[in-house]
Amino acid sequence: MPLIKANGLVDDLWTHVKDEEQLPPDGAVIVTLARWQANRDQLLARPTPLGVRLRSDQAPSAIAGDIERFDVIALEFPKFTDGRAYSSARLLRERHGFRGELRAVGSVLRDQLAFMRRCGFDSFQIPDSADAAAWAGSLRGISVVYQPATDARTTAIAARHKPAPRREVEDDEEPAPKVVAAAVEVSYEPSQVCAGYWAY
Amino acid sequence: MYRYDNYDQTLVNERVAQFRDQVNRRLAGELSDDEFKPLRLMNGLYLQLHAYMLRVAIPYGTLSSKQLRKLAHIGRRYDKGYGHFTTRQNIQYNWIKLEETADILAELAEVEMHAIQTSGNCIRNITADHFAGVAADEIEDPRIYSEIIRQWSTFHPEFSFLPRKFKVAVTGSPHDRAAVKVHDIGLRMIRNEAGEAGFEVLVGGGQGRTPVIAKSIRPFLPKRHLLSYLEAILRVYNQLGRRDNLYKARVKILVDAVGAAQFTQMVEEEWQHIRDGYLDLPAVEIERIRAYFAPPPYKRFDGAPAEYETQLRRDFLFARWVRTNVAAHKRPGYAIVTLSLKPTGGVPGDATDTQMDAVADLADRYSFGEIRVTHEQNLVLADVEQAVLFELWRKLEALNLAEPNVGLAGDIIACPGLDYCALANARSIPVAQQISKHFGDLTRLLDIGELKIKISGCINACGHHHVGHIGILGVDKHGQEFYQITLGGSADENASIGDIVGPAFGTEQVVGAVETIIDTYLNLRQGGERFLDAYRRVGLKPFKEKLYAAH
Amino acid sequence: MPQQVITANRLLDGRVVFLAANGEWSELVGASRVALDDSDAALLQAEANQAVADRKVVAPYLIPVSTEGGHITPLRYREVLRALGPSTHPDYGRPASATVAS
Repeated sequence: MPLIKANGLVDDLWTHVKDEEQLPPDGAVIVTLARWQANRDQLLARPTPLGVRLRSDQAPSAIAGDIERFDVIALEFPKFTDGRAYSSARLLRERHGFRGELRAVGSVLRDQLAFMRRCGFDSFQIPDSADAAAWAGSLRGISVVYQPATDARTTAIAARHKPAPRREVEDDEEPAPKVVAAAVEVSYEPSQVCAGYWAY
Repeated sequence: MYRYDNYDQTLVNERVAQFRDQVNRRLAGELSDDEFKPLRLMNGLYLQLHAYMLRVAIPYGTLSSKQLRKLAHIGRRYDKGYGHFTTRQNIQYNWIKLEETADILAELAEVEMHAIQTSGNCIRNITADHFAGVAADEIEDPRIYSEIIRQWSTFHPEFSFLPRKFKVAVTGSPHDRAAVKVHDIGLRMIRNEAGEAGFEVLVGGGQGRTPVIAKSIRPFLPKRHLLSYLEAILRVYNQLGRRDNLYKARVKILVDAVGAAQFTQMVEEEWQHIRDGYLDLPAVEIERIRAYFAPPPYKRFDGAPAEYETQLRRDFLFARWVRTNVAAHKRPGYAIVTLSLKPTGGVPGDATDTQMDAVADLADRYSFGEIRVTHEQNLVLADVEQAVLFELWRKLEALNLAEPNVGLAGDIIACPGLDYCALANARSIPVAQQISKHFGDLTRLLDIGELKIKISGCINACGHHHVGHIGILGVDKHGQEFYQITLGGSADENASIGDIVGPAFGTEQVVGAVETIIDTYLNLRQGGERFLDAYRRVGLKPFKEKLYAAH
Repeated sequence: MPQQVITANRLLDGRVVFLAANGEWSELVGASRVALDDSDAALLQAEANQAVADRKVVAPYLIPVSTEGGHITPLRYREVLRALGPSTHPDYGRPASATVAS
């Protein structure tokens, strides 16, 4: 199934390995949580990047201690109505500091992409029949956001109350950088890997 | 009332464009019906028995006259000339076309309205006390916080695919007119020992298949923590609410399953991580919104004008209307007027476009241009000078909005029922009409006193029958409509779920059953006690005996 | 087994329609094509599914009817209301069924 990121279709360099399959000798693999828990040492011994896939009923806390081991975490949406992975994504990013690729897999609707992105997903598995460019276009969603989320976009509240610039800018000066900090302190750091996608 | 700024307006405008695009993609075949359904639901568009039904959000039940005129226009232009006000302070139109829905939403956006999240498994309309801002016992106007919660919950990226719908209600007064105890989250403003205003947080109330009174999980929450605490509750629910069974997916089921103590602990644990962070509610934003709910330019009065007192003495009909439909305002010389949408024999909660336009004019003339919608399906003009009550009353009479039955047995709450709703098992409106006609004698109604009759056409309880003093639930028995009766429910601060009296009654017997219940009450009441108080004193037994002896 | 007709809502305006004898979708239950047995009913369903795919209607389903006295009458009250309109507003309704499709 095709994979998109903010800029559109990308090659998928990862292989999802089913539990009953043998691990390929090399190459970047994504394994299930069960496989990770059962074959941890063997998986860590591989020289190639490692990913893990969580079902919607598997909590992020299950891998919290090992978060730096993974370059990709795939979160499943078994039905598009099952919204648990939105919370899992935010926790992986904001609570457990995951900085790798966070991938949405399973039943992903085009009109959910913007929500997923705000929650910290940066790659999305889309149906074979989907128009990748059109889907990637849906990632931005509505230009105003009311509530803070993983993506650190300026909320309406923050924008309403941003402090005024301190002084007049002289003609030949560089203008002072726009202050977009909220009136309150942000107490987390968004993923550095993903920061570039969310520069608003 | 709140007015959109650029951010609010941009959001609804873009949302309209987004929905229009979604409809186009649906019509072009890019979206299947299954894929389109959650999208249209998140814009409040249901497929019902006869057509599409559009549920327009009326945040915390407050409307400007301009908005009400737009609602009238929509009823006229896009529907059959009427709308239905619901038990969640929204309005529904029953005859909407999909191909016109984006245009309707665009028209709504022009007056700062929308149909966002009035359906779907997301956070729904935030409801509040319909006497907000004018009730004497109010600590703070709950609509300030309702607006804050509304914004935070709109397109919340994490909470748009919850296990099930999520309903929040806010009361600013100790006397709860917002039914907070039967909501998924209820917020009750209180003062702590230091005199600071904050919220008692209640979770897990609800009606439907398993009615339950909410549990208090936090006795006092300072205002600045409002959003972070709500986020913690929703996150726990989103993760742990059941996903396997639609009928067991509300947060009340989770609270019941793990117990209030453990649920509280999970919320508090999550909250410790996120409190004092980016969800801290800045005082500047509270004050910004508070300014929109500042008191209108009231005149200074010492008390009721002499002429008003005279009119009360002279005109028995006027006095009767004042007694039932007019409530005390916190300012001397003013009054709160409820416009009854329950004319005898009429459809509860319906208003024609003509009535809506007229009420908008009356609001401009008599109530600073503002109208409220109550969860008991009536309208309110909250700031009327006592000096003009008599002339207002005459005008309301001419509009059929002055039935003197508010809070009485004729003020029936009814869902649309099988006449309109694809979910229903039985009709509710005709039952309401029959009861209303049967108890049409206004003198008798007054003698019976306060009596809230609530009728639902199915177990989903949109008519709030569980919290009716008399509740009536329509069921299907072998293809016939039957009605199960409950007694002693209440939605206020002493909330209770009604008790089932016994086997259901057929369509022909329901009115008689209600008559028997009321007769039983009249015969055993002591002093001037209300029906509910009498019921709580004597219990189910006397009623059950009389009902099933007679039937 | 009871006789059946198939009903749906028109996609564009949501109005209740019935699959008629001529293959069109009619607002009048009286114009419905009546399925006399299971295989007839399966044909109705298949045509309705095609109409969904063609984006004419949504949510089709079979309903049992009686054809006594030359009128097509839904057996369940829900579908009587669906066919005729809300009992509370006869003016929003439609004329009662006319003839049986043979």
